[in-house]
Formats: sequence, structure tokens, C-alpha cells
Amino acid sequence: MERLRDYLLPEQSSTVASDVDNLFMFINIASGILLLGITAALIYFSWKYKRKSKEDVTPVIRHNLALELTWTIIPLILIMIVFAWGFRGYMTLRNAPSDAMEVYVTGLSFGWQFTYTNGVMSGSDLYVPAGRPVKLIMQSRDVLHSFFVPDFRIKQDLMPNRYTTQWFQADEPGNHVIFCTEYCGSGHSAMMGRVIVLPEAEFTAWLETEKAKSEQELPLARLGENIFSQQGCMACHSVEGAAGIGPALNGIFGDTHNFTDGSSAVVDESYLRESILVSNAKVVAGYAPAMPNYTGVLSDRQVDALIEYIKELN
Amino acid sequence: MSTKATLKEFPAQEHPESHYLNHDKSLKSWLLTVDHKRIGLMYLASVIFFFFVGGMLALALRLELWEPARNFMDADTYNRIFTLHGAVMIFLFIIPSIPAALGNIFLPVMLGAKDVAFPRLNLASFYIYVGGALFTLYSMAHGGIDTGWTFYTPYSTTTGSAVISMTFGVFVMGFSSILTGLNFIVTIHKMRAPGLTWGKLPLFIWSLYATAIIQVLATPVLAITLLLLIMERTLGIGIFDPALGGDPVLYQHFFWFYSHPAVYIMIVPAFGIISELIATFSRKTIFGYWAIAFSSLAIAFIGFLVWGHHMFTSGQSELSTVVFSFLTFFVGLPTGIKILNWVATMYKGSIWMQSPMLYAIMFLFLFTIGGLTGIMLGALSVDIHLHDTYYVVAHFHYVMMGGTVFAFLGGLHFWWPKFTGKMYNEFQAKVAAVILFIGFNMTFLPQFVMGSQGMPRRYYGYIEQFQTLHQYSTVGSWILGVGFLLIFWYLLQSLRKGEAAPSNPWGGRSLEWMISSPMPPHNFDYIPVVKHGPYDYHQPIAEFRLGIDDGHSHSETKAH
Repeated sequence: MERLRDYLLPEQSSTVASDVDNLFMFINIASGILLLGITAALIYFSWKYKRKSKEDVTPVIRHNLALELTWTIIPLILIMIVFAWGFRGYMTLRNAPSDAMEVYVTGLSFGWQFTYTNGVMSGSDLYVPAGRPVKLIMQSRDVLHSFFVPDFRIKQDLMPNRYTTQWFQADEPGNHVIFCTEYCGSGHSAMMGRVIVLPEAEFTAWLETEKAKSEQELPLARLGENIFSQQGCMACHSVEGAAGIGPALNGIFGDTHNFTDGSSAVVDESYLRESILVSNAKVVAGYAPAMPNYTGVLSDRQVDALIEYIKELN
Repeated sequence: MSTKATLKEFPAQEHPESHYLNHDKSLKSWLLTVDHKRIGLMYLASVIFFFFVGGMLALALRLELWEPARNFMDADTYNRIFTLHGAVMIFLFIIPSIPAALGNIFLPVMLGAKDVAFPRLNLASFYIYVGGALFTLYSMAHGGIDTGWTFYTPYSTTTGSAVISMTFGVFVMGFSSILTGLNFIVTIHKMRAPGLTWGKLPLFIWSLYATAIIQVLATPVLAITLLLLIMERTLGIGIFDPALGGDPVLYQHFFWFYSHPAVYIMIVPAFGIISELIATFSRKTIFGYWAIAFSSLAIAFIGFLVWGHHMFTSGQSELSTVVFSFLTFFVGLPTGIKILNWVATMYKGSIWMQSPMLYAIMFLFLFTIGGLTGIMLGALSVDIHLHDTYYVVAHFHYVMMGGTVFAFLGGLHFWWPKFTGKMYNEFQAKVAAVILFIGFNMTFLPQFVMGSQGMPRRYYGYIEQFQTLHQYSTVGSWILGVGFLLIFWYLLQSLRKGEAAPSNPWGGRSLEWMISSPMPPHNFDYIPVVKHGPYDYHQPIAEFRLGIDDGHSHSETKAH
């Protein structure tokens, strides 16, 4: 039975996973017994009561109160068990412990961005300490998304107009994939990330290094590189030449881009600035207008830094 | 005139020369027909055509998923194709499939009526459906839409492409569904033959009645929702789009308020067919007639109260989520009772395993899996993990395809001799049924596994660990394709040179088997009088074809 569970379900990496899995297996076993019974009856009856002649006389059986009560009451009891069990698990999933570490999550087409309460930001990868509850306070920058970590058995939609929350606690260090499970367009299936669970001490060290990084007076191109990763730009834009949801960014500075409306322009500082702030003003031919706007999200200095970084990629 | 009407037996004429298919052969007599049987046939041809379209789209999707990354189409094409597959299968195939096609042909006959209550309205429903379908085809030709068949906001209000024409097409088709439902309700209430009391109605009629109620009550909400969506896009009224102060969750509530009951529009008629098949091929009184009849109504009623179970992770309140989960389990109860009643009907029966019965048995197996996995998805904590994964995809295919499509095929084979007047090759029919059964399970069983392992739905690309299961599923889809081709082939052969069908090939007891195959243009040349229930196999068959002369008997003049 345990092997079946391990085959059907991903690894159990959060504190809630085993209860969810037990209910999953309970329903499977109960269903399996019911299905087996029904199938056996179908096959047995089909064989046993096979037609002998077209004039076969069959008994008139219209009711059997005892039988009908049995097959109403037993399923009723079963579904009430399933409801109560699922309800209890759901309450655990919905109520984050009050000492949980809070992380803000932004979903945007097509990437994830995480902001820690001390101001540190991370794109795509959510770093968390092992053995501590983590509460995610989530919002979308554009359409609906959904934050799903199969290994944790958690999932919650993100909306553009309000915060939604969920929480988890992972006790062992390790990496776990994040999927987007609310359809969001061209890059929906590419909207992945990782939860990286670190031992408490390593996590604290990581958080401090990141904090120092963001506070240093970095050269513009280095700052741009950090922002590029913190904002999750690499979810759509490669810096190594592969076309993604958006064009690759290496070597484009100084090139001429052709746009979907037939016009073209040379990639210079003004063009890059416009493409970041009002992203769909000019859309490169062959791509969908999928990028969110960054007006009000990035400061002038941050935009300058990104432009410097892109120039440096040449 | 006015001699006292006497009750006498009206045996069906075998192999009539003139029937509803050939009594007038002009194109006009088809296009402007008010004969429910001809309208039903036109629906049947249309839904089969759209099933073919939807099926080809499905094969393309499965082929693309052979590889984790790009195989032969890009992400945007894939997204358009899965949207169209869903929209075509749901709005153009499955909703009209049983009620509008088979229901139209057989509902009046089974009631002993000469037509539906409003024959012209019936024709209008068909043309409204065609009009809606044309809008959908237009959207396909003009870039298609990539929102998924659910049209969730705000994606559907921001994405380019033909959202407006597509939703308008669905909006128009909704009226066709409402008018058919209305027509059926009135017909069932007002046009039953003398003696055909509610307790003697064939269960197929009860299921169409329950379905019609849902169609009339739920479809207007879909119409309102789609209209609001269109207004949102064209006028920017700000109901659903947060940028304008609206709420995307409100859209989901509106949408599922229709679309969950719509699930029962799709499956309840299938229950009706299964009741007919099990009773006829077991030659036995149905077990729990009222339980089956009322469970259809109970499902129709509870079906209106559970829409929120599509939204457990949407951000609706925890309280709503819990209430919706609780209510959801109460749909499982009448559904389970039905299944057990059907199995009990076979007990001590005289079971004749012809292809329609084979489909009924397969239905019971596949639909039980569909139903039990629905219990799984209703369980709150488990659903959080399974929501929007392939588990859900597998679940609703077991219900919609393993359930409705298998029942539809069972019904098609059951009534085929009646409405075409031809038999088909029984051996090939059994082979095809077995091929479909194998192909179906091979396609969708692996999807349960990959879903519970965490594979999200509507994914163009996927991580490599899921590739083997995806490939099983794709091979299964080819087997399904072969099965459907075989069915298409032998049914075509049947039409071309099939053996002429007798009036009652399966020994049925309901009224459609008491008239010629194919049926006479006006169904009955007498007024049928019903004495026994449709499953009273212990009564002499002569007592099922009683009637009184309606004063202008055609049968004598036409007989040769």
C-alpha cells in the first residue's frame, strides 16, 4: 500500500502532506472495493443470467426496502467520513500558525517574484528555512495565476485585486518545483519556480548576503543583473540567445528590431526604457504581447541599471 | 362518423414502403421540416460532425504532448486548440447530443404523440443552433481563442483574438437549448397518450424531463454571464475586470452557476438511455423505478447548489468552500443509488449481450470510476492538491466520455434500426466497443496518475518525469480513433446495404417498438393507449400495442 502511495503521489515534503495522502488513500481503497463489487456483480450477472431464449420469463422485482436502505445508508456514512476528514485537513491548510515567517509573492505572466519582510527580493526561487512555518501573502500583477507545490500539497489562486494566502512548513532541506495551475496564456506551462528549503543557519546567511547585495552601492550593470534576477525576467528572456516567451536579450543592443505592426526601430536606451515601462508599445514580430508593464514598479535608477546590464550582454 | 371507439390491437407493419425518411424526398421537405424525427436526424448529423472536429483537435493535442517540449506546434496554437476542443465538445457536441438528437427523434414517439408540442419552435431551435455553430466556426477561422472553454476573466478580457464572436456563438446556442427544453417540458406534460401516466413514463423521458428543467433554468445565467463578458470587452463596464473595479471571482461564480448544472444536462440524459438498455436487454422490470426517476430530479436540484466546488482554490471564502463541499457529496448519493438500481435490475434477468448492452455495461464501469473520483475531488484537503491537475481532466472525461459518450453510442446502436430501418454488423459493433473501451482506459487512466503526481492541466510543455504517462495516453488516443473509424465504417455500410430492420429487434416494450422501422411520417396512425409500464415484460406483448382508431386510418391504404 505504501508503494502504491509513493507511486501515485509526489514526495511528502510538508507537515500537512501525510494527512492529505492518508485521506487520498482511504478514498481510493473504499472506491476500489465499491468498484470491484459492482464490476464483479456485472460480470457475474451477465454470465449467470445469460439469455437462454427470447421468451425467457423473468421475475418481477420492483423494490427491496432493506437492500435500498443499506445502499443508501452505507454510502451516506462513507461520504460523511470523507467530508469531515477533508474539512479537518482543509482547516489546517487554511490557518497559518501565528509565528509563521511571512513572504510576499507576486505572480506575473510568466514568473514568480518573492519579497521578504526585510526588503530582499528573489525571482523564481523561494528560499525558506527548514522547520519553520512560512506564510505566503500573494497577489497577481496581471491575470489569475495559481501557486502550486505538489510536494507540499498546497495550491492557491492569485488575483490582481486582492491578497490571498497559504502556508506550509517543510522540515527537511531540499528543492521543490512550483507550478502555475491557473491558465494564464502562452507561457503558462513555463511559469515554474522552485522552493529551496535550507537549514535555518544557511537560510539566515543567504538572507543576510542578499540584504547586503541590495544595500551596496553596486555598479549599475551589477545592480541591473540583480534586478533582472529578482524580478524573474529570465522566466521569459534568455541571456544566452534562446528564444523564450520573449526575445533573448544578449547582443540585441544596437540591432534593428522589426515589430508586429510592420515598423522597426534600432535598439537603443530609449527603446529599452519604453519596452520595460510600457512593455507592449512595440512588440517584436513573432512574439505575443505578453509582458506586464513596469511603470511604477521600477525606479528610474533601476531602469537605468537594467539598460546597462543589457548593454553589457553584447 | 363518431362510432364508439373501441380498443384494439395495432400490430406494426414490417418493412413499410413509405416512411418518414422517404414520403417526401425534396430538399425543401428536409430543410423546412417540422417533423421531430427529421429535425432530430439533422441534429444527429451535426453533432456527429462536431464530435469528429473535436476529436481531431484532441488527437492533435495528444500528439503534441508526445514530447515534453515543442513537438510540432507552438504554445499559442496549442492553447487555441485545447480551447476549441473543449468548446466544440461541450457546446456543439455533448449538450445537444442526447436530448436534441436522440431525444428529439424518440421523445414524442415514446409518449405516443405525433410530434412535439411546438414543431415550428423545434425547427427554430435547430437553426439557432446552426447559427451559433457558424459563429464558433467563424472564430476558429479568425485566429481562434486561447482562453480555455471557461473564458475566465481577466485573461478573457485582455487577450486578443476572437473572444467576442466565440462567446456570442455560445450565447446564441444557449437559446436553442432553452427552447428545446421548453418544448420537451410542455410535450411531456400535455401530449402523453391516453393511459400513459407519470408512473408509466419510460425512464428516458424522466431523464429528459429533468434535463429540460435544468436547461430552462440554468442556461439564462450563462447567457447573462457571456453578455456581461461581451459588454466588458466592448464597453468596459467593469463587472469582472479588477482594473475597472470588477471582480474575477464573481465571473467564476456566474460561470459555474450555469456550467455545473450543465454537467447534468450532459449526463442525466445518458442515465435515461442506460435505464432503457439495461431493462430491455435484461428483459426485466426495472428495479426501483421511482428511485431512478426521482434521483434524476434530485440530481437536477442539488446540481444547482454545488457550483462552488469548482472554486475551492479560487479565493472564495472558506465558509463557502466548506458548504459547497458538504453539498457536493449529496450529488454522489442519488448517483450511487442509480448505479446500484441498474445492477440490481440485471439480477435474475435474461441478459442478451448485444452491442447496446455491452455499451451499457461499459458505461456502468467507467461512470462508476468517474463518480468515485468525483468524491475524491469533493474532499476538501485532497482537492487542494488535485485541483487543476490532470486528475480533474481524467475525472471529467470518465464522466463525460466514459459516461455520456458511451451511453450515447449505446443509444445510437439501440435505436439505429428504428430510425434508419437498417441493421448493422453486430460482430463489428462489439469489436468496436471493445476497442473503444481499451483505448479509453489507456488514454485516461494514466491521466489520473500523472494528475495525482502533480501534472497541471492546460500545459503545453511539461517536466520530463511525466513523459512516459503522457505517451501511454497518446497511444490510447490513437486506439480510440481506430474504434471510432470502425463505427463510422460499419454504420455507413449499414445505411448502404444493411439488412432491413424488423419493427422490434430487441423485444422492447415502450411505444417506439410498437410502430414500423423506420417510423411512419406521423408516428402513429391510431391513438395509442397505454395499459402497462414500459418494463412490464411479464405482460403479454399484444397489450402494449393497443389503441383506438383516430378516424382517418392510413395504415390500411398504405399496406400492400
